[in-house]
Amino acid sequence: MSRQAKAQNKAGAGVYLKKYWQLYVMLFLPLLYLLIFKYAPMIYVQIAFKKYSLVESVWKLPLAANHGFEYFIKAFGNNDFRYALRNTLTLNLLDLVFGFPAPIIFALILNELCFQRYKKVVQTIAYMPHFLSWVIIYSLALQLLAPNDGLVNMVLMKMGGSSIPFLNDAAHWIGSYIGFGIWQNFGWGSIVYLASIAGINPELYEAAAVDGAGRFRKMWHITLPGIKPTIVVLLIMNLGNILGGGFDRPFAFQNNLVMKVADVIATYVYRVGIKGLQFSLTTAVGLFQSVVGVFFLLMANFISRKLGERGIW
Amino acid sequence: MKVKSTTDKVWDWVFVIFCLFVSLICVIPMLNLLAKSLSGTDFLVRNEVYLLPKGLNFDAYATVLKDPKYIRAFVWTVFLTIVCTIASLTMTTLCAYPLIFEHLKGRKAINIFITITMFFNAGTIPNYLLMQKLHLLSNPLVLILPGVLSVYNMIIMRSFFYGIPDSLRESAEIDGASLFRILISIYLPLSKPVLATLALFYAVGRWNGYSDALMYMRDDRFYTLQLLLYNIINNINQVEVATQEGFSAPGLAASLKAAIVMFSTIPILCIYPFLQKYFIHGVTLGAVKE
Repeated sequence: MSRQAKAQNKAGAGVYLKKYWQLYVMLFLPLLYLLIFKYAPMIYVQIAFKKYSLVESVWKLPLAANHGFEYFIKAFGNNDFRYALRNTLTLNLLDLVFGFPAPIIFALILNELCFQRYKKVVQTIAYMPHFLSWVIIYSLALQLLAPNDGLVNMVLMKMGGSSIPFLNDAAHWIGSYIGFGIWQNFGWGSIVYLASIAGINPELYEAAAVDGAGRFRKMWHITLPGIKPTIVVLLIMNLGNILGGGFDRPFAFQNNLVMKVADVIATYVYRVGIKGLQFSLTTAVGLFQSVVGVFFLLMANFISRKLGERGIW
Repeated sequence: MKVKSTTDKVWDWVFVIFCLFVSLICVIPMLNLLAKSLSGTDFLVRNEVYLLPKGLNFDAYATVLKDPKYIRAFVWTVFLTIVCTIASLTMTTLCAYPLIFEHLKGRKAINIFITITMFFNAGTIPNYLLMQKLHLLSNPLVLILPGVLSVYNMIIMRSFFYGIPDSLRESAEIDGASLFRILISIYLPLSKPVLATLALFYAVGRWNGYSDALMYMRDDRFYTLQLLLYNIINNINQVEVATQEGFSAPGLAASLKAAIVMFSTIPILCIYPFLQKYFIHGVTLGAVKE
């Protein structure tokens, strides 16, 4: 490079920086945040393969037995973990089967309402549960479903029936858990579908009406295909999360009588790791969950692309 | 417009009634709670309270308001929510705004750096060990810093910024405004809807979250309201008045718990209906990114 070109380059860099330096200053804090709180913890992932000790630095820890896979082997040999794994899959699958269609159905029905004012009110009410915390939702569940003084059982007993142990018996608990999941999300989840319905070309409906299509034919042949891309994207994300799932909801709903069906990986890690101090074991569990999660996401995306749908990237 | 057939009209009413039913399912738990919080203890003990209060009184609320532990948690959580929301909005803006400039060098690398964090999370224990290492355990900052930026919310804001015409920015650049100036005087004033949406998301997240306090906070002076609520509901440690006035009395316990839950819910229930038109837009932006 000639001296002149170099000088020009330098001047160019000067001009560029003079304009853009502020953007780099702005990005500094967010990137520092991600580096510290999202990337730095990855250093500790290696304790899944090492014998953890409080005093030693993580880099100097000795490798665990079985070429470092001791804790993975231990986890899969552990009954509590196997229950947690099974429950995570079961509850997420049930959420998918019952919880996923609920907002779609609700959006389709809202779309058919012809009184706009009424529709608005119903929407506002249906969004409400999304703004409640899981602790509050569980306390509402207790108020409603408690064996003696819960509203539902009070009504049942008054009608001559017997009290149902909604929250204290395994099978009933699963039902209540899934039910309140639907309750919390059906309204909020419908927002995306309503927006997607609003984007459908109205001429399609008019043309169908001219052809004599009724309400349900239009729903089946225009609305549903119209929102199919949205459904597919959300389905992929849900499938990718089949082994994931939050902590707040299962932890709030758990009680000692139903732990066999209610303990999921997130709560298992908290109980055995943070409370029980078995850091290596639970890091291994967390790593397993993360890796399988990414794998599921890639698979779901791959399959949807094969089927001719738009993936999520 | 053709006249609706009878079957069509019947279906119209079926849908209206279905929606009424759904709304009732949403509202009944809250009504039951409200009724219990306002009822006399005698009626509660005899299981006579359904959806309307019996023996109307505000004793439970008065008792809760006198409880120092509850008031402390309430005030602390309000403070925390305000601080977190402001800090998070600032961080989100600082992250989203630079990324809309196509000529920003290193933009692609930065985008990848950010996206990776959405797919791979180190996990509960590594996060916990990091907090320990940073001496954040039981430090009030642990309830603010770890969640101060949500990449998902950042993407929502960035999509909104993309929707603001470039020409506005370019004409300001020609007038000699710095890029920071353009953010303050053009982008932010035009972004009120998305700012309102994200403020609501962050505030609700902070107000409703309890797992971080549960895992990282050992000092009960800094318990968030939801964690206190969790402990009360599960009878882990009871409110101070409880020991004085007998939380053990079944009727009183029920109305006190109901009043506490009511108190913890009301702030958000009062706010969200007014922000509805904004957050609907925000959710949609998040779902149809780019």
